Amino acid sequence: MTTTSDNSTLRAQGLTKVYGTGDAAVHALRGVDLALSSGELVVLLGPSGCGKSTLLNILGGLDTATAGEAWFRDHELTAMEHAQLTRYRRDHVGFVFQFYNLMPSLTALENVALVTEIAKAPMATEEALRLVGLGERLHHFPAQLSGGEQQRVAIARAIAKRPELLLCDEPTGALDSKTGLLVLEAIERIHAELGTTTVLITHNAIIAEMTDRVLVMGDGVITEERRNARRRPARELYW
Amino acid sequence: MQALNRKMLRDVWHIRAQVLALALVIASGVAVLVMSLSTIDALGETARAYYERYRFAHVFARVERAPELLRERVERLPGVQAVATRVIETASLEIEGFDEPVIGQLVSLPARRNTGLNRLALRLGRLPEPGAVDEVVLSEPFADAHGLGLRDRLRAIINGRWRELIVVGIALSPEYVYTIGPGTLIPDNQRFGIAWMGSAPLEAAFDLEGAFNDISVGLMHGASPETVIEALDDMLEPYGGHGAYARADQQSHWFLMNEINQLRTMSLILPVTFLAVAAFLTNVLLGRMLTVERAEIGLMKAFGYQDSAIGWHYLKFAMVIAAVGILLGWLAGYAFGKSSTEVYANFFRFPFLLYQPGPRVFLIAALASLAAALLGAVASVRKAVRLPPAEAMRPPAPPLFRRTGVAITRWLDQPTRILLRQVSRWPGRSFVTSLGIGMAVAVLVSSLHWLDAVDQLADVYFEQAQRQDLTVSFGSAQDLAVEGSLARLPGVISTEPMRSVATRMRHGALEERQMLMGVPARQALLRVHDAQMGPLELPPGGLVMSTQLADMLQARIGDIVQVEVLEGRRPTLRLPVVSLFETYIGAPAYMEIGALNQALGDGGALTSVHLRIDPLAQDELYAALRETPLISAVMSRSAALRGFHDTLADTILIFISFFVVFACALAVGVTYNAARIALAERGWELATLEVLGYSHAEISYLLLGEIALLTLLALPLGCAAGYLLALVWHGAFVTELFRVPFAILARTYGLSIMITLAATLLAALLVRRRLDHLDLVAVLKTRE
Ligand SMILES: Nc1ncnc2c1ncn2[C@@H]1O[C@H](COP(=O)(O)OP(=O)(O)OP(=O)(O)O)[C@@H](O)[C@H]1O
Ligand SMILES: [Mg+2]
Repeated sequence: MTTTSDNSTLRAQGLTKVYGTGDAAVHALRGVDLALSSGELVVLLGPSGCGKSTLLNILGGLDTATAGEAWFRDHELTAMEHAQLTRYRRDHVGFVFQFYNLMPSLTALENVALVTEIAKAPMATEEALRLVGLGERLHHFPAQLSGGEQQRVAIARAIAKRPELLLCDEPTGALDSKTGLLVLEAIERIHAELGTTTVLITHNAIIAEMTDRVLVMGDGVITEERRNARRRPARELYW
Repeated sequence: MQALNRKMLRDVWHIRAQVLALALVIASGVAVLVMSLSTIDALGETARAYYERYRFAHVFARVERAPELLRERVERLPGVQAVATRVIETASLEIEGFDEPVIGQLVSLPARRNTGLNRLALRLGRLPEPGAVDEVVLSEPFADAHGLGLRDRLRAIINGRWRELIVVGIALSPEYVYTIGPGTLIPDNQRFGIAWMGSAPLEAAFDLEGAFNDISVGLMHGASPETVIEALDDMLEPYGGHGAYARADQQSHWFLMNEINQLRTMSLILPVTFLAVAAFLTNVLLGRMLTVERAEIGLMKAFGYQDSAIGWHYLKFAMVIAAVGILLGWLAGYAFGKSSTEVYANFFRFPFLLYQPGPRVFLIAALASLAAALLGAVASVRKAVRLPPAEAMRPPAPPLFRRTGVAITRWLDQPTRILLRQVSRWPGRSFVTSLGIGMAVAVLVSSLHWLDAVDQLADVYFEQAQRQDLTVSFGSAQDLAVEGSLARLPGVISTEPMRSVATRMRHGALEERQMLMGVPARQALLRVHDAQMGPLELPPGGLVMSTQLADMLQARIGDIVQVEVLEGRRPTLRLPVVSLFETYIGAPAYMEIGALNQALGDGGALTSVHLRIDPLAQDELYAALRETPLISAVMSRSAALRGFHDTLADTILIFISFFVVFACALAVGVTYNAARIALAERGWELATLEVLGYSHAEISYLLLGEIALLTLLALPLGCAAGYLLALVWHGAFVTELFRVPFAILARTYGLSIMITLAATLLAALLVRRRLDHLDLVAVLKTRE
């Protein structure tokens, strides 16, 4: 049914996720079909609780589906064991979360090194930080950095391994618009320079304008697919 | 308050594993306390009931030969309630299948069966029929040691004549709770035993018709033994009295009390150690739990709960933990107390055991540990309650780490760096965890070191100080020629005489009943041996005294001690203390044998002879010794050493195994709690690492590496603390009987470390299992 001949990096078919059982069961995903081609930048929009994070977590190998299939290239994610999923995350996926998730006891540089040390063909840690616009403050601890700076360190940490896939779950959610834009610019630049397939979850429809393709989710399924006639660079966005 | 109570119970349930681990530590303290207190109570109660039920006498005296008529005069003494007169003599016994010499102490029974003082607790069979000349009742430990039962026969040389005896009963006696042969300290139930017979055959055999050589006196309630002793000494004086003594100086009773006192010390020091550790850990663990609970404390305050209500809430939390610990400790303490009492009952022989710990024991243990837990909780609860609500609701201020020792850390990978920074960021907390684990090591070292100490004691006392193979003792002083005739027996390589006399030594207002032993100036076999300096040469006159006896008499070198000889012509000697030596067992005093014999002036020369023998001719020698008259005991050094290991060392071993259990509970409790709290505090970081693609093994390193590091730090700390603790215990364990040398061998440190590591590993594995249930997605939803 699924072939490996197309150039899609990530595919999903009939992806379903149910939390709990019986009366308490919550259907977070109700059969999601999806294909992301290599090097694409996609924004995932949708109201709160519609299942965006759930989808991203399954695609990133953090969570397992109840039914359906998800493929990364010719590897079936939905068939992987715990250890294989760990391997998949380690080798192919970069994550960025709303709350940065930096190690408080490591400096910016060391937080990035956390990943480069275990990756197969990472870039230099300074290089990764430079890519997100953090040439200085390399030796500061998270507590000594602003929210935007912390999030950019998190992005540097996510891309330092040169992942095929960059998954960002509301990376600007905790930031003001000015700082949020700096972060989006970093993501955009990495997408352009490294050609990483990127998925970006947001509540903010304006952010959706920076991509070619927008997927809109509602109540556990993808309800709409939009293509932007013109991609607006992040620095032109304002909210 | 309803809601708060429900919250507390849910919290307790939520962290039940941790609560259990901490409760385990508290339970250890409670268990030791209950165990020791209940054992003391049980032994004391059992002895008291035994003495009362079987009418154990209060004053005792030996005499050469006193007429039965004297008895009535003693009965009329004020304060005297009952008097028993007896014949007690020794005989050489021959038992099928046991070639070595066996000495039996023959004790006459009153004509009216089992009445009066010192009654027998008959275990099997019956008492001898009045008039039966060949029926005996054997003491149970002796019968057990030889597998003798009813209707078994044994041969005895009673005053030079062979006699065949039939066992008609097996019994215990309040006089022989602890049975040792004359001049020995360790029971040897194979070579020494008690045999009770009718009085007629014994009186006849020893020419004591119408006379006695042993008298016991039962006192009325509240009568003082001293006045009776004085009166008795005066009355027995013309008949060769050996000096009356009170129950406190009665051999078996003295040993029993000695042991109970030792236990009393233990019941004080050990539980205090454990409870202190428990209080300390409660403080630490509760403190760390409260750090995790900060937000909830803030919320409660925001809702308007008063500080006191919140403080009370968390104190109740501590009390619930303590309650679980107390309950566990009660159960364990009861079980351990029961089995430790049984161990003692095996060592001391009682016909029954009263193990009925009263509520007092449990109450004391509960109150002590509750106090310890609350004391431990108060500090951390106060700190949490003081926090202003707004600050409490924020997560703790982000720790500002410092980059230190760049040169050293350059080659470290990031997880190691995280680990080291965690430790150095909270040095106090890390130290405290280390200290807890160290405590486990310390308790182990200080418990296990008794084995080393006992080995050292055995080596010095039985190997270095004693070189003889056998010691042959006589019931009365013998001529010097006796040594010569023993030397001519087959297999005897060399001999050495010894003269021992019962004395009462006085210095100032202090007095002690003590044997004075006369030995050659230079001894080859039984050596006057100083624990540090080795063998001593005796000066020609004066007393050479053990430091223990010198302490009891408060005598120093140069002081004159009044030595009242309690035998023969009963001279009173005034002897200077000429030198002191340190020994581990007993409180002996020596004098040059020639000088002693001269001072006694009774023509006697020796009371025992030490022999070195050729083991190949052993059987021949034993046969010859059995035919030698007047022997009251033949003691073998190797048997004494074996007996020492079988009884004392075994008792100690059982206690040590209890403490090993407690120490393991301590180690598991501390490490498990530390790791679980680390997991709770660090769950977010660990999940983030997992998201980044770190495997469980790598994440475990971060979590357990810290425990490993702290354990590593704890080991030397624990060994040092163990040394100190052992030193403290040691000082408290000195009794009149034993002064165990202080020795800790490397193997003891090694074993303690291994046991602690194993316990730590177990705790770590338990926590490691929790890692597999880490909820990644949940962690990412919240910020800490
Ligand atoms: N562990 C869980 N147990 C039960 N239900 C869950 C769990 N996690 C998520 N859900 C439910 O699944 C649904 C989808 O959740 P998800 O986090 O994917 O939403 P979302 O689209 O990311 O929302 P938001 O924009 O608010 O982050 C929600 O209804 C949520 O309540
Ligand atoms: Mg979401």
